[in-house]
Amino acid sequence: MKPSPLAQYVEHLEAGDLAYQVCLDDDRPVFFPRLIAPKTGSTNLAWRVSKGLGTVYSTTVVHHRGEAPLNVVLVDMDEGFRLMSRVEEVPADEVRIGMRVKARVHPAEDGKLPYPVFTPVTAETPAENRS
Amino acid sequence: MTGLRRGSVAVVGAAESDLGAAPPHTTPIDLMAQASCRALDECGLPLSAVDGIFAATTQARFAPMMLAEYLGVQPRYFDGTQVGGSSPITHVAHAIAAIEHGLCDVALIAYGSTQRLVSRAAASPPDANPYETPFRPMLPTSAYALAAARHMHQFGTTREQLAEVAVAARQWALMNPKAWEKEPLTIEQVLSSRMISHPLTVRDICLVTDGGGAIVLTSAERARSLAKPPVYVLGVGEALPHGSISNMADLTVTAAVESGRAAYAMAGLGPAEVQMASLYDAFTINPILFLEDLGFCPKGEGGRFVADGAIAPGGRFPVNTNGGGLSYCHPGMYGLLAMLEAIRQIRGECGPRNVPGCEVTLAHGNGVAFSSQCTVVFGGEATV
Repeated sequence: MKPSPLAQYVEHLEAGDLAYQVCLDDDRPVFFPRLIAPKTGSTNLAWRVSKGLGTVYSTTVVHHRGEAPLNVVLVDMDEGFRLMSRVEEVPADEVRIGMRVKARVHPAEDGKLPYPVFTPVTAETPAENRS
Repeated sequence: MTGLRRGSVAVVGAAESDLGAAPPHTTPIDLMAQASCRALDECGLPLSAVDGIFAATTQARFAPMMLAEYLGVQPRYFDGTQVGGSSPITHVAHAIAAIEHGLCDVALIAYGSTQRLVSRAAASPPDANPYETPFRPMLPTSAYALAAARHMHQFGTTREQLAEVAVAARQWALMNPKAWEKEPLTIEQVLSSRMISHPLTVRDICLVTDGGGAIVLTSAERARSLAKPPVYVLGVGEALPHGSISNMADLTVTAAVESGRAAYAMAGLGPAEVQMASLYDAFTINPILFLEDLGFCPKGEGGRFVADGAIAPGGRFPVNTNGGGLSYCHPGMYGLLAMLEAIRQIRGECGPRNVPGCEVTLAHGNGVAFSSQCTVVFGGEATV
């Protein structure tokens, strides 16, 4: 059997990339990774590497007892898919809806899988700007 | 269209189990059974009349089986649909289908939870999700916090407006002897309470209590011969738009739009005819979104709609008159208790909080992360 969708996603993360799928039947981005594309039911799914740029769709600050406040966001990626993550390098309560962010990989640790996190984009070249 | 017939089935028994803090070693099935027998006693049906069992709880994977065993009933028909807090409302829809097709005559829908006794973590351990769990959202709260933040951003909804929902619930709860909360609550107290997942404080979040409930349904014909005035199911609607919050298409629009549309279509009426609503208030943002999505106000206006005590006692539209999941009782999944109040309003059993001449009510259930949405419209004798 081929590696699972999650295993392939993690392989991309281990290479430093945030990957997603595209359904080749309707050209729509697919996230989370799957064996079968939603709506079309197609198995014609191809992996793509995201440019890593997105916009914060919503944000919350989570207060786990006895811990520093933790940011949790939903990010709309420029390629048209959405994922949960957090924005780092800025205080949790200063993350704003509409903030432009860029992905990087939080490496595997303590036997847990790597995952994508984001940092604010400070200066974007016009070519990178979302139209 | 649902294909089910308006008013073909009626609620004939409706009861809570003991609510609040259950004695040690109580099981969720204990509470289901207790409520079931209270609901049957109300209408005068014996346990042996029950031939359909519908149940779900996070604390028993095989709820209909365990309840049937406990009660010594061998049902002809059973359904354990588990889609979170709205499950008991889906059970109503499925029970109507079963009764209309002669698959059962007397449907018992029961719920029970001891989440306060055993802790929320033990009662409802979350499913691991490799695309969410690493970020440590406090689920379900953070999912609703994300929706609230987006609604505030998009429509100018304020934390004070969210707090209005909690304050209104508390005012109703003070009129309900069965309610858990006994002290008044102010907007300022909600805002200054411990922050859990911004913008939601602990007072924007439902209670953690034990409790359960049950309702008994049968055909409208049979219902008229029983002890309680029948409360007819005029319409039901179910929707299942997504599972996790990351996959909710628009955080400001719930699938209550679809479940409500189906329920209204079956009932042949709309929000203007609804005199009171039970809107699943696991979090203060929920009734705001449901008021919009069920057509009680335009999209984006929910925050302004609830301001100035509009859904509190004496306000323009009574919502969650029992005190809701925020102040009356929230035993893990609230859908059954939401229906109980909407049923009792039509029976005229709600004392000083009863809406005068109440003939049409609506109960709306929500599950998981705005994931399942189920709506039921109840009507009294004048509506059929």
